[in-house]
Amino acid sequence: MTPLSRGFRGRPRRDIDPARIPPGQYAVDDFPVLSAGPTPRTPTADWSFTVDGAIDAAASWRWEQFMALESETFTVDIHCVTKWSKLATSWTGVSIDTLLEGVETSAAYVTAWSDGGYTTNLPLADLTGGKAWVVHSFDGTPLEPEHGGPARLLVPHLYFWKSAKWVRGLRLTVDDEPGFWEAAGYHNRGDPWQEQRYWND
Amino acid sequence: METSHASTIVLDVEDWPGHIAGQHVDVRLTAQDGYQAQRSYSIASAPEDSRFALTVERIDDGEVSPYLVGELRVGDTFEVRGPIGGPFSWRVESGGPLLLVGGGSGLVPLMAMARHHAARRSEIDMRLLVSARSWEDVLYHEELSRQVRRDGVDVRFTLTREQPAGWGGFARRIDAEMLSAVGPKPSAKPAIFVCGPTPFVERAANLLVELGHRPQAIRAERFGPTGS
Ligand SMILES: Cc1cc2nc3c(=O)[nH]c(=O)nc-3n(C[C@H](O)[C@H](O)[C@H](O)COP(=O)(O)OP(=O)(O)OC[C@H]3O[C@@H](n4cnc5c(N)ncnc54)[C@H](O)[C@@H]3O)c2cc1C
Repeated sequence: MTPLSRGFRGRPRRDIDPARIPPGQYAVDDFPVLSAGPTPRTPTADWSFTVDGAIDAAASWRWEQFMALESETFTVDIHCVTKWSKLATSWTGVSIDTLLEGVETSAAYVTAWSDGGYTTNLPLADLTGGKAWVVHSFDGTPLEPEHGGPARLLVPHLYFWKSAKWVRGLRLTVDDEPGFWEAAGYHNRGDPWQEQRYWND
Repeated sequence: METSHASTIVLDVEDWPGHIAGQHVDVRLTAQDGYQAQRSYSIASAPEDSRFALTVERIDDGEVSPYLVGELRVGDTFEVRGPIGGPFSWRVESGGPLLLVGGGSGLVPLMAMARHHAARRSEIDMRLLVSARSWEDVLYHEELSRQVRRDGVDVRFTLTREQPAGWGGFARRIDAEMLSAVGPKPSAKPAIFVCGPTPFVERAANLLVELGHRPQAIRAERFGPTGS
């Protein structure tokens, strides 16, 4: 049984739809920053985005080419494993479906990799079908380096560490290969609605 | 009480599996009506210590920290989960040299590392730079002053707002010159741990990269908020 915390009342419950807050999360208004090292700063002149791995022909876009791709502006809720959720965040970027258009692959997994050496692994199925993007703007302004700029992955239906900041590429893999946090005790898939925070969840 | 707005909480945890210095736990509080709030807190004690301790700084308009600092009494229980965190941890076996940079409550996990270093009587070159507003705001300041003399950890302080009379330490926000004066040189390839409020960590980590430290050698832990 869950022990009650004597004298703990919690903050007055805010006027937010509880159905939008996954178990163990709370809503914030600011935008906390979580990353394991220093913030990389890659000028867009040196930036490119690559899709490679278990595919016939790798594809790569320089910044101007990437920005010329069809982009979408959309509003989603995001959930960080450190317990905060931020509702109704607005982003602009390129759908992964667009980046994988015409790609034939036997891969079932993807490793997203970033400047600074960060990696995270996902089932390919979690990135396709309009569920994930590479975003370059937050709230209509270019994404700040602290929040992953020039561009980050955005996979809002999974905990936010899957939304790799400073993303530079997707490597399609046949086998599932744990990324940075996934190798360090965090859950391999990270579904906030199942509260999949750590290895044994 | 560690300072006027921070307390160390000593816990008796059932079936605690042990931890590595630098790791944290998740604390979960449950109100009468079933409402729950969870937050992360670094473990302040060394793995070798007989007491298991957290140190919590009160955020005035916060939900959980004022409860832990002000309301909690001896004998109360709450849920703790952990230990959590791999990259932000250090043990003597991992070697050195080491540079630890802490701002405010960001000192907590670094203190666990310094205590571990002391408990193991390690001779590894460990330097600790502590930033706080005033001497009274420095967590564990007495223990840290002792540590400088006794345990071979090179501890330096910077007091950004208010300094005691005759203060001989740094008295400004952290900058490149300060980090060079404290740290092992980049050529010594120190492992670096930086912890504190997000803007502090951003600033310190950027300065360290600019000084020539390898980004992969810098581990950071950001304790919210962003101010934006
Ligand atoms: C891995 C990890 C380890 C941590 N270890 C410690 C620790 O050892 N000791 C410790 O005291 N805290 C630690 N923290 C921070 C802690 O988890 C809480 O965020 C903090 O106690 C505030 O919680 P709250 O419920 O009181 O405030 P909330 O109700 O969450 O926030 C209230 C307001 O205060 C602001 N706020 C939140 N955090 C801070 C802050 N740190 N400084 C100033 N304003 C803030 C928020 O933006 C908000 O506006 C750690 C955080 C992480 C992610």
